[in-house]
Amino acid sequence: MIAGADPLFAHGVTGVVILIVLIKVVVGFAVWMGAVTMMIWFERKAISDMQSRIGPQRWGPFGLLQTLADGIKLFFKEDLVPAEADRFVFKLAPYLSLVPALVTFAIVPLGGTLHIAGHAVQLQVANPPMGILVMLAMSGISVYGVMLAGWASGSKYPMISSVRASAQMISYEAALGITVVTVILVSHSLTTHGIVLAQGQGIWHWNVIRLGVVPFVIFWMAITAELNRPPFDVVEAESELVGGFNTEYSSIRFALFYMAEFMNTITMSAIIVTLFFGGPAGWVPPVAHLRWVFPILWFLAKTGVFAFCYVWFRAALPRLRYDQVMDLGWKRLIPLSLGWMLIVAGFLVAPGWGFVMAAAVVLASVVLAVAFERGASRVTGPESVLEPVGRRPLPEDRLRALTDREEG
Amino acid sequence: MARGTDFFGGFKLTFKHLARPRVTVGYPGEKRPKQPRQHGRHVLNRFEDGMEKCIGCELCAGVCPANCIYVRGLDNPPDHPVSPGERYGYVYEINYLRCIHCDMCVEACPTQAITESKLFEFSFTNRSDAIYTKAELLVDDDGNPKRLPWEDWREGEAAMTGGWMRATSPAGDAAFEGVVQWSGELGYGQRAPEGGQSGRRDDAATGTKSLRRAFVRHLQPVDVPADLSGPRAAIDRLRERLASRRRGA
Repeated sequence: MIAGADPLFAHGVTGVVILIVLIKVVVGFAVWMGAVTMMIWFERKAISDMQSRIGPQRWGPFGLLQTLADGIKLFFKEDLVPAEADRFVFKLAPYLSLVPALVTFAIVPLGGTLHIAGHAVQLQVANPPMGILVMLAMSGISVYGVMLAGWASGSKYPMISSVRASAQMISYEAALGITVVTVILVSHSLTTHGIVLAQGQGIWHWNVIRLGVVPFVIFWMAITAELNRPPFDVVEAESELVGGFNTEYSSIRFALFYMAEFMNTITMSAIIVTLFFGGPAGWVPPVAHLRWVFPILWFLAKTGVFAFCYVWFRAALPRLRYDQVMDLGWKRLIPLSLGWMLIVAGFLVAPGWGFVMAAAVVLASVVLAVAFERGASRVTGPESVLEPVGRRPLPEDRLRALTDREEG
Repeated sequence: MARGTDFFGGFKLTFKHLARPRVTVGYPGEKRPKQPRQHGRHVLNRFEDGMEKCIGCELCAGVCPANCIYVRGLDNPPDHPVSPGERYGYVYEINYLRCIHCDMCVEACPTQAITESKLFEFSFTNRSDAIYTKAELLVDDDGNPKRLPWEDWREGEAAMTGGWMRATSPAGDAAFEGVVQWSGELGYGQRAPEGGQSGRRDDAATGTKSLRRAFVRHLQPVDVPADLSGPRAAIDRLRERLASRRRGA
């Protein structure tokens, strides 16, 4: 049963319960759409501050309504579908990007537990028993959004971009998943609520400190790559790929991709906070009746810090080359996260096993380093380059028919 | 080690910039000070007695690298001459779709008839508007340029035209520096000469302002002129702002 972990359903599903769930969904959705527009505004404003520019300023105080204006503009623009596009997939892809971004946010705990009309209401839209796995599943689906968008466009650059995107996102998903396993091991719970509760006793119980800082750093890097945000935005490397996988998109479909990107940025900031920084945990002043507000404020503050960090990354770091991205993912992050998970698992069994695991991991990393060294110094030449496989997205004769016009 | 510090150097630099003054301004509302010798839209000047300065010699058209000037001269009618010389500019047209604002025409003009204002915000919506004829270029009876509906004139843009011409002598004679060569202009009288390299210059009279003073907000601290930094300068700026607000009100 999907609602098994949620105490709201402990006394059966009644009309009041359904109402509470509906309110949670509507409020969550509204708050979150507001948060997305604010995030877009915040990103543009913060990055312009860092670049000594003014940024959006025309619409609303401090340009706060700029996103709304952009949305209205995009909504009324002509909706183009390229002639060579796979029409159905082309139209489907933006939703494959957007919906996972929406769903992932549902599992993030925004605050503690409220008691309304005798029902214990957790301040999160849903608390499924598979918990954090939903996040992994959804980030898996969002790969399809990007990949199919590029493929269905029937155009070369989006195609290259989507190939890059899917390769990159799948690579980093491994490191991401292993790090999440590390968190699950110490939390003894798959649900986000349980993970947050396990960190609730104070700052020394936060996973970022409890696990050593390494899993947090790996998770942060992996999630940044998963989001295709700078410095890992090889997917939309403007200097190489025009606009990336969404080059052929216009109008509201482009807006959906754009929104999905920023939704993901907030969601993943929130996921980092949930997994490593105790979520809504924090000092609560002894104020009657308002005690439930402070966890929400703590959550917002922590998420804001990470949202700012993403903007900061974009301003400070140059884009990585594609092979560097792949190197970092496969050669550094995956072995490191795997090793760290083994060490953590060892210490959970017994300290002795922890040290045995640590020794084994050190040994394995030496072997790995030697292997990388051998690999890097191997002979390369024209013979080692593979023959190109397949053909260009558009067959030669059809391309000619499109481009060469008959004389007369 | 050096690589590591570089990595965090980027973060430090971008974070510092959060508090730095902005380089850009909110353009249509706020405008940057214009450069002292900015090349803008042309004006055809007249003498103080109202006579046109243009003598129809076509030197400007000859020197124009973009071929955007079209001039035809005509003998002055004896009963009511247009210019004090023998001939006058009968047709004078500048095509602003071609003009590159290089100011060569201003340099070539033997009578300082054509100079450039600092106006650059004139966007037209059809080709015939792009060709300015004598009717548009010639100054009015007060000596001010004609302000066309699609032009966005601001205060001071017409005041100091032709600064470049007054800076050097046409013959290249250094002794001419800072000497007024021409008779007065309608509306402005005898304009003060602009100094050259020697420092014999009256900046207040000619409206000259060094870039270092005009763009002082955007300089690195070490480059700011001494009298424009520190608390003294802050008080001066405040006083100036108050004064300008009072003028505006």
